[in-house]
Amino acid sequence: MLNALAQLGRVGIGMLERLGRGHLLLLGILRGLPDLLPRPGLLIKQIYSVGVLSILIISVSGLFVGMVLGLQGYYILSQFGAEQTLGVMVAASLVRELGPVVAALLFAGRAGSALTAEIGLMKATEQLSGLEMMAVDPIRRVLTPRFFAGFISMPLLAALFSALGVLGGYFVGVGLLGVDDGAFWAQMQAKIDLYEDVFNGVIKSVVFGLVCSWIALFQGFDALPTSEGVSRATTRTVVHSSLAVLGLDFILTALMFGD
Amino acid sequence: MVESVDSQVPLVSIRGLRFSRGSRVIFDGVDIDIPRGKITAIMGPSGTGKTTLLKLIGGQLRPSAGTILVDGQDIHRLGNRDLYRLRMRMGMLFQSGALLTDIDVFENVAYPLREHTDLSPSMIRKLVLLKLEAVGLRGARELMPSELSGGMARRVALARAMVLDPMMIMYDEPFTGQDPISMGVLVELIRALNDASRLSSIIVSHDVQETAAIADLIYVISNGKVIESGGPEAMINSELAWTRQFMQGLADGPVPFHYPAAELADDLLGGTC
Repeated sequence: MLNALAQLGRVGIGMLERLGRGHLLLLGILRGLPDLLPRPGLLIKQIYSVGVLSILIISVSGLFVGMVLGLQGYYILSQFGAEQTLGVMVAASLVRELGPVVAALLFAGRAGSALTAEIGLMKATEQLSGLEMMAVDPIRRVLTPRFFAGFISMPLLAALFSALGVLGGYFVGVGLLGVDDGAFWAQMQAKIDLYEDVFNGVIKSVVFGLVCSWIALFQGFDALPTSEGVSRATTRTVVHSSLAVLGLDFILTALMFGD
Repeated sequence: MVESVDSQVPLVSIRGLRFSRGSRVIFDGVDIDIPRGKITAIMGPSGTGKTTLLKLIGGQLRPSAGTILVDGQDIHRLGNRDLYRLRMRMGMLFQSGALLTDIDVFENVAYPLREHTDLSPSMIRKLVLLKLEAVGLRGARELMPSELSGGMARRVALARAMVLDPMMIMYDEPFTGQDPISMGVLVELIRALNDASRLSSIIVSHDVQETAAIADLIYVISNGKVIESGGPEAMINSELAWTRQFMQGLADGPVPFHYPAAELADDLLGGTC
């Protein structure tokens, strides 16, 4: 019994230590921002790697999610004779929830895991130590540009996901199932609120971008410098980021839309 | 770089160094002096903490007790800014080379110059080409690190380590895994660069022949202590059985051939795993 308690205590202390190290790392990353501003090239390179290279998976996924929404929405709405409101349903689902959340999950799987593996391997091959010995702070030079690249890319990727999702819903609803073209867009224009729907969705994606980038970089930086350590860290990035996104989505939704 | 302290004073002075990883004691009261302008070798079997010692000298790890003075400055009492300023005068050659894999050879060598100086691009180009020429790899400047052999990667890393003209270079196992030609090249380069640039060099290695061929002073460490120190000749002909075993590569001696274990008969007859 005492051993079990001691084990539980050790696990708890270990988790708190990791949480503390994670926050210190985040502080170090944020403090690197003034160094990053005079070197936009570093940021642009990472935005390409983290954001631009994620466009394909985000676009294709957004299109298919929108098409499924169009199909499912049509069958449900048509039972109530409300199929003309399909545009609203598709757009509201995407900009409020599916855009930020699914884009963040895809981002964690594609860009987050890549970030963790890259940083973990840089640690395992002593590149980070090499930078330190060259009097270059690896947090500021390596982690800060990647963090802000994720932070900037995520809302743009979520917006792209939502836009293509709406087009997918349009293609299925209007193109295949015969929903009126004008009603699809007019209902959407009338019912989707810039602040309540779009702006709140953007806030969500900004928060998810921050959290996913932070988790990915911390896991890489904190990884054991072995192939197994990097592999585990990469897995942890996807699992922790996904859980964090889903948990935070509930909290943010409750704050934004709860009474 | 101009040496700021009297040349008779050791460049690195380690006193009472203690360092542990968890419950495992790596160093237990180590005293070492690294003289200026010489090649000093830290030798010992694998796992004795030789690389850890370099990281302690470079301020990447903190000792649990003791002091390390580098050029008169207690490196573990320096703030970040002063520590980084001191590191600009220290080069380190990592065992893996530690080249940045997303940029080519030229950019790797140019990296410290771009980070720490305001030199014009043409001046940086000239300096980088000169350093690459010194290690024989001027023609390889456009290659990526993944296209280099292990020996070439270490030579590029050596060019990078000395591009800021440091006062000292630390070599972490520079000869490990090298073919005889690469090893010969590295041995020659380390000696030549040390003498030509008036560097102080610290080599951490367990390659006895190559290290003894170029070292001016050797420290032999084991079990967290300095066993013996002196010139290469004195170490090879040491009276101490441990030093003799290590320097002559004898299979058995004070360091036993067998890892500590129960009696073989007991293990064979009674064990379950």
